[in-house]
Amino acid sequence: MARFLVRRVLLGVLVLFLVVTLVFALFYIYPSDVARNLAGRQATPETIALIQARLGLDQPIYVQYGRFLWNLLHGNLGYDYYHNVPVTRIIATALPKTLSIALGASIIWLILGVLNGVVSAVRPRSVVDRTLTVFSLFFYSLPTFVLGLTLLYFFYFRLTLAGITFFPPGGYVNLVDDPGTWFRSLVLPWLTLALVSAALYTRLTRGSLLDVLGEDYIRTARAKGLLERRVVYRHGLRSALTPIVTQFGIDLGVLVGGVVVTESVFGIDGMGFEAVHAITDQNSPVIIGVVVVAAGAVVVANIVVDLLYAVLDPRVRLN
Amino acid sequence: MSEETLRTTEADEGRAAESAARGTTTLERPQGVEAAPRRIQGRSPWQLAWERLRRDKVAMLSLGFIVLIVLFALLAPLAAVITGHGVNEQFNDIGLDPSGLPRAPNGTFWFGTDDLGRDIFVRCAYGARISILVGVVATGFTIAVGVVLGLVAGYYGKVADTIISRLIDVVLAFPFLLFAIALVSIIGASLSVTIFVIAMFSWASVARIVRGQVLSIREREYIEAARSLGAGSTRIMFVDVLPNVLAPIIVYATLLIPSVIVTEATLSFLGLGVPAPTATWGNMISEAQAGGLYQIAPWFLAFPSLLLLLLTLAFNLLGDGVRDAFDPRGDRMLQK
Repeated sequence: MARFLVRRVLLGVLVLFLVVTLVFALFYIYPSDVARNLAGRQATPETIALIQARLGLDQPIYVQYGRFLWNLLHGNLGYDYYHNVPVTRIIATALPKTLSIALGASIIWLILGVLNGVVSAVRPRSVVDRTLTVFSLFFYSLPTFVLGLTLLYFFYFRLTLAGITFFPPGGYVNLVDDPGTWFRSLVLPWLTLALVSAALYTRLTRGSLLDVLGEDYIRTARAKGLLERRVVYRHGLRSALTPIVTQFGIDLGVLVGGVVVTESVFGIDGMGFEAVHAITDQNSPVIIGVVVVAAGAVVVANIVVDLLYAVLDPRVRLN
Repeated sequence: MSEETLRTTEADEGRAAESAARGTTTLERPQGVEAAPRRIQGRSPWQLAWERLRRDKVAMLSLGFIVLIVLFALLAPLAAVITGHGVNEQFNDIGLDPSGLPRAPNGTFWFGTDDLGRDIFVRCAYGARISILVGVVATGFTIAVGVVLGLVAGYYGKVADTIISRLIDVVLAFPFLLFAIALVSIIGASLSVTIFVIAMFSWASVARIVRGQVLSIREREYIEAARSLGAGSTRIMFVDVLPNVLAPIIVYATLLIPSVIVTEATLSFLGLGVPAPTATWGNMISEAQAGGLYQIAPWFLAFPSLLLLLLTLAFNLLGDGVRDAFDPRGDRMLQK
């Protein structure tokens, strides 16, 4: 267990280090004209050189890289080029929004996916199973942003036209400020993100549970006279969940991408939104900061998922 | 029985009847052996898979739809000629209503117009070109890189395997879209960058699948036989091992195309893919979103979205059928 943890953490650190180095190298190889942008249109070369020196962009790469790593280890992600705000502060404001979307959506998608999968697997080839299959395939093929805009069109625009104003057109309200509005503003983003992925999980759960229900120990459990409900949920689902958890670990990176798209559709200024907007003015500290934090989150979540794995399936020995 | 087999049998029977009329023995069979009533044909796994796929109505329907979209894409210039509307031509007079808003679908503009008075039908056709092009080319690159690295890792093992496997882990743990954002912000958005970004992050799963298959194949006797005959590693990898992992690769490729198409559309939607004014479905949807325009002009959102959805769905259904054709026992999305 301890050995496993150490190995996983080391691999995670390696991944993070590679991400950081790669992103940093990219920004160095293709130098931006941020100094020129900041200096304005009629700047003299001296002014530009001065700004570059002030931003530390005139230093050799190893000095810049060393300073960047040193700052990173001290929890400092640098400063926004244009507003001189610490990137950590930008991320601190954006992170709760991103987390709200991601957590809510994953809960909905896992519950919806697994439940639908169980319903499908318990009665394979029934009408319910077929209907769920068609729906899964439909949602699985639906791009996130198309679903998001469609939901907005019908549930915000048409409903509002019809006189029912329940869903806001987008935006975000802090949970502590107004829980009701927080919830209403997040329902559509959650569904957008959840429905596409839930489809895949329905199929996964169905397949995995069908396999497990064919095992001998399930027959034994049934022969003992256990309730079918208990057989399915306690004996079957528990081991059927293992591949689901694995897939969830893999999908965390995909989740981050989905959140970026969802934030863009619903105009929520979370981390993805900040990153997309930082592109236009080549605000590299913000982009690097968001990438590093997101990669870190994915790495940590992956380790947690691997640990969950062992909790779910006692046959898995972590070493 | 397949049509081809039927045809051969009929031809054989025809010949048999002819030769019977001439009083000679049937076919090329050795003398004295009685002619079997029906020729038994050896069929390769590929033929078997193709025949199974051909009987799959859903898969064939999907294939038909994909062919239709490909034609739509290829004939995009023709659409421009027929309608008389260039892809980026702005019709400020007839394409917009008096208050400057897009026109709904009508006889002149079959799919309506967008915010600049451009013909959505023609733009959809040109957008299909980008989707198909990126879908095929990016998938091609992905498969090529993934197969080569997977083969090397699985066949050589040891250091090569360790390095490539770690690399796979790293790529899979990478938040793809964020890195795409970083990359595009530096090199700038373009078609080739889009393809490169997609291939760079998709090869890892292909490599992992191939590696797993190669690990078991390299222990087979025929590989040993090839080696004892003096075949080199490259030859063994590509001539002896590769054909045996082609089936899973083909299945994966069919399912990869739709996800690549969606990725391109997503990147374009975020302004990170093919830059405007090039007509892509993602760009069009993004333009429809700008300023909530789709609310008053829902067709602007609907047509590119529907095309994107249907094409993805068709590829997914086809991929499902292909998987079933290669492995009839496997789990598939649509049960018959």
